[in-house]
Amino acid sequence: MVPVAYYLVLSAILFSIGVGAFLIKRNIITIFMSIELMLNAVNLSFVAFANYWRQINHQFSGQIFVFFVMVVAAAEAAVGLAIIIALFRSRSTLNVDQVDLMKL
Amino acid sequence: MNGIPNLHLWLLPILPLAGFLVNGLFGRRFPKALVSAVAILATAIPVIQVATIVARFGSLTLPHVERVATWLSAGGFHADLVFQLDQLTMVMLCVITGVGFLIHVYSIGYMAHEEGYWRYFAYLNLFMFFMLTLVLADNFVLMFVGWEGVGLASYLLIGFYVLKTSAADAGKKAFIFNRVGDFGFLLAMFLLIQHFGTLNYGQVFSQISMHPEWQGGFLTAIALLMMLGATGKSAQIPLYVWLPDAMEGPTPVSALIHAATMVTAGVYMVARTHVIFDRSPSALTVVAVIGTATCFFAATMAIAQTDIKRVLAYSTVSQLGYMFLGCGVAAYGAGVFHLVTHAFFKALLFLAAGSVIHALSGEQDMRVMGNLRKKIPVTFWTMTAAVFAISGFPPFSGFVSKDDILYNAFISSGWGKAYWFVGLLTAGITAFYMFRLWYMTFWGEDRTHKSELVGHGHGDGHGHHGGIHESPWVMLVPLSILAILSVIGGWMGWPEGLGGNDWFTHFLDPVFRVAQVPVQTVGGSKELEAILAGVSTLVALTGWFVAHTLYYAKPELPGKLARQFHGLYELVLHKYWVDEIYGAVIVAPVLFFSRFVLNLLIDRGIIDGSTYAAGMTTQGFGAIVARIQSGNIRSYAGWLALGAALLLIVTYFGFTTNFMLR
Repeated sequence: MVPVAYYLVLSAILFSIGVGAFLIKRNIITIFMSIELMLNAVNLSFVAFANYWRQINHQFSGQIFVFFVMVVAAAEAAVGLAIIIALFRSRSTLNVDQVDLMKL
Repeated sequence: MNGIPNLHLWLLPILPLAGFLVNGLFGRRFPKALVSAVAILATAIPVIQVATIVARFGSLTLPHVERVATWLSAGGFHADLVFQLDQLTMVMLCVITGVGFLIHVYSIGYMAHEEGYWRYFAYLNLFMFFMLTLVLADNFVLMFVGWEGVGLASYLLIGFYVLKTSAADAGKKAFIFNRVGDFGFLLAMFLLIQHFGTLNYGQVFSQISMHPEWQGGFLTAIALLMMLGATGKSAQIPLYVWLPDAMEGPTPVSALIHAATMVTAGVYMVARTHVIFDRSPSALTVVAVIGTATCFFAATMAIAQTDIKRVLAYSTVSQLGYMFLGCGVAAYGAGVFHLVTHAFFKALLFLAAGSVIHALSGEQDMRVMGNLRKKIPVTFWTMTAAVFAISGFPPFSGFVSKDDILYNAFISSGWGKAYWFVGLLTAGITAFYMFRLWYMTFWGEDRTHKSELVGHGHGDGHGHHGGIHESPWVMLVPLSILAILSVIGGWMGWPEGLGGNDWFTHFLDPVFRVAQVPVQTVGGSKELEAILAGVSTLVALTGWFVAHTLYYAKPELPGKLARQFHGLYELVLHKYWVDEIYGAVIVAPVLFFSRFVLNLLIDRGIIDGSTYAAGMTTQGFGAIVARIQSGNIRSYAGWLALGAALLLIVTYFGFTTNFMLR
């Protein structure tokens, strides 16, 4: 039986990689992928906790949350990719540093 | 209705108000005939109404009170829209509506070629509204409404020629000087509320009569503050300087507001509140001294003036001084009598002067007039009646009322003889400067062609007439009516010493009757009255003779005298430099204080500074914070991550245990 802490550490590592990639990368596709990475890191911790709680009081709510996150991630991917395509058409770039019009 | 008849007193002021509203709101689009019709109608109907009231006056129980509406009510204090009528109000109503109506008629001719014809008549009706409110009021607050309102109308009409800076300045000056007086009136009202709990005339006066032990003290304070108000409105020392400048307004306005009615409001107020003054001999002395001093100094200032309207303005100040002198020796009836006759002859003088100015296409300088009696005969004869009236020749009206005052001053104890002597001297000066005006305008050589030498037309907008011409009948009819009144107006108070019955004073007696005579009289008799009348006639004759010598027989003499008594002449010519002294002593320090202390230090420094500082702080902070919004997604994400990390650290170290005080 793998202790829950192992999963959580893995989840934290994955999440940190996602955050780091988000901050460092300039390509918007990569940034998008790092968001997915973060979401899945969270999913991993949900599943780990769900398994942990199942052994104690037979609850599965963590797994239900994972489905929510997946649905939201799918929707976000659809909208996000559409935005990226629209952006690329108008600005001909995927570099987020060049897309800084939303400011005062 | 049996019992108390309903006179509909509220109609008296409301009709001119309606005239003001109609002309003021729509007059701009009306033809001139319609504007005049509205204005005349709004003043003619009150004349008729006053006439009907006069007709049934004997059957009224006085004072007749008519309640219109509840106005102010605060706790136990009431001030309502209530009009009252007694003998004094009746006299004032006759003067205001009668003279007011005549001047409205005259204005149709005088203002015929002016810009803003509708505006002029709207203001004139507004003035009538407030003036009627002032005299009909049955409490001090309503009187104050009228009091302020006539000040407003006066301001608007003095500054009627809005494009002339001097006219606008004169309007402001009048308003500000009146403000000083109004301040006194307000304080007097506050004291009345404090001591009596009411501002109703009847209640205040009955409380005073129930307490014979109240002498002087707070009553003196109230009386003096009221007198301050009266000096402002009635142009007495020390607040008289606005009246000569008020001559910037159209001449009929000078006649109506600054001679016949508004400036007598102060006299009316003192007469109305005589119960208070009666209890304070010291306040009465102040009234008498101010009146005497004003009448003398104003008369001397009139001597050297060359502007025909300014002579009349100083003469008005001087005559108002007589009225206050009358009130100051507790001869209120005499004061009000002079108010009435003065309304006739001074309105006539101004209107006749206006007719001269009209004839000369706007020229007001007497040095370029002369020998006009053949060219404008009606004006000449009516003016002559007025000159004789104001100079005090029997049987003209001015003689009767002025001698009434002088006689009452003579027989009063204390400084009575001194008042009488100064008043008598002033009567001589009055005769002198009035005949000076008369000779310079109507006699001697024709100097009208010399107007280029003086070099300025005062420009009432009559410039396009050309040629000296008599005024139209619409101006001459009011002149003639007023001339008749100036001659016979005094007969209603013909003194007992000269075989009359002094009906006017006896008519007012019910109003001025008091339980206790404030000023002791000594040795009055009919013979004395006759002798004094003779003396003052002689003095007036002397004044006429001197004027005749200087300005008709030997016209080169005044110049020589002016050179010989150069200092005195300069002093009088510059009106004792009172304007300049006020400018240096009051206006300059106030301006300095306003500009540098109030404006620069307090306004700009403290008030503006603190708000600017608050604004700048927020703006600066905002500018710094705004740099966070770079538009760069990665920097936003960085802030987000930083915040999350911070929360994580706080949670990790235990927020509640380490970061919150227990």
